[in-house]
Amino acid sequence: MPVAVRLDHVSFAYDHGALVLRDLDLAIDRGEFVAIAGPNGGGKTTLLRLILGLEHPTAGRIHVSLQRRGYLPQRAQTPIDAPLTVRELVGAGRVARSRLLGPASRTDRQAVRDAIERVGLSERADRRLSTLSGGQQQRAFIAKALAAEPELLALDEPTTGVDVEAQEAIAALLQRLGSELGMTILYVSHEFGAVEDFVERIVLIRERVVFDGPPADLPGIWHDPSHVHAAP
Amino acid sequence: MLHLEFMRLAFGAGIVVGLLAPAVGFFLVQRRLSLIGDGIGHVAFAGVALGYLLALPLVLTALVVSVLGALSIEGLRARRRAAGDQALALIFYTGIAGGVVLVSAAGALNVNLFQFLFGSILTVTRTDLAVIAGLGAGALALIAVLYRPLLAVVVDEEGARVSRLPVVPLNALTAALAAVTIALSMRVVGILLIAALMVLPVIAAGRVAWSMRSTIMISMGIGLASVLTGITTAYYANLPPGGTTVLVAAAAVLLAELLSAPAHLLNRRAR
Repeated sequence: MPVAVRLDHVSFAYDHGALVLRDLDLAIDRGEFVAIAGPNGGGKTTLLRLILGLEHPTAGRIHVSLQRRGYLPQRAQTPIDAPLTVRELVGAGRVARSRLLGPASRTDRQAVRDAIERVGLSERADRRLSTLSGGQQQRAFIAKALAAEPELLALDEPTTGVDVEAQEAIAALLQRLGSELGMTILYVSHEFGAVEDFVERIVLIRERVVFDGPPADLPGIWHDPSHVHAAP
Repeated sequence: MLHLEFMRLAFGAGIVVGLLAPAVGFFLVQRRLSLIGDGIGHVAFAGVALGYLLALPLVLTALVVSVLGALSIEGLRARRRAAGDQALALIFYTGIAGGVVLVSAAGALNVNLFQFLFGSILTVTRTDLAVIAGLGAGALALIAVLYRPLLAVVVDEEGARVSRLPVVPLNALTAALAAVTIALSMRVVGILLIAALMVLPVIAAGRVAWSMRSTIMISMGIGLASVLTGITTAYYANLPPGGTTVLVAAAAVLLAELLSAPAHLLNRRAR
């Protein structure tokens, strides 16, 4: 399987502060569904932002071979209070794959409809985002990323504030979409219990990689990510 | 009232500004940059003062200086060299202080600056109207053509960056459009009040709209109605048109708030 993302000896510090990531090596193959977990402040979000090109490493090299990238940031910056509909949100995601000038083409409108259908929100397509539940809102954001037909989908704590049932439903949805669409999925989560049954691989981060393997191989004590603080 | 040419010219300029100001303001409000119009307005004052000093057309100098100021604010914000409000404060106070110094240097402190600070729509000339209509129509056309990418940046700037949309040029364009709107609107509501016409109709529309597209359309309708009502009321009640227009827009916010209250309650219960 060709490599989608490779990090070689990557270190990173914000504004010449302490290192958030230190000499980190990581390779992710195309089509993998990987959970990136670890304690708060361990560098998970920073790692994701580096992979997406939103930050640049202080040292080391990053190579991402996938050009079309979708991103769900940790706290959606979208003004949820604004009267934004699901269709408009998803349409905003489609712009990256369509012509910039003028109205959306028929193909673009169909792609938006398809993305909304994939996450099961067709009946709520013209509802305001603010009227949906937390889980439904996250599904809408996933549809927004899907509308651009990404090869790499990066999600940062996508289930924060969502109940366990909805967390598992979102993880199952991502697993299905990943295999249907052949996407590489990076799923950052503080708590990975909800995704454990759906991912092929868990990478635990605390400045560097402290565990990398299938969920079944994860030492029992680390199933509570707070213990990563005490990990060797 | 319409048999008077100065009133026809005033309505002509008012219609353009009433439609354009909320259309541009929509993108500023959604990006939580509502007060940027105020900052650029103060820079426009420096542009007017420069016009006096160099004996050039005041709208032209205000336009050039406003665009430069707006791009500076956006540049500082984008490079994270200053928080949004700090960048705004820097340009805001530099603009007003520069304006006072330049006006003084031009020996024009006795000039009636009130017409630029609070508007003087009744003194709009045919040439003014031609400039306002031409540039205003151009700005509106640009918004219509680039609506989808501009909205994509508003909705999720980092997501747009990751998906490689030209975020920096689009943000610079929004800032430049705000500057053009302000320079064109100086005569209608004045430098100190123009930001209100960019923001208040959008706030009002957001209370009653059902989508982003409907928000921008309703806000343009409210902007237009505010200007027309403001000028008419000012004519018959002998009030300043700029201030009256802004008060009408503020009343629209209040009315929209009252109209939307029951729907908000129902929505909360439904969730």
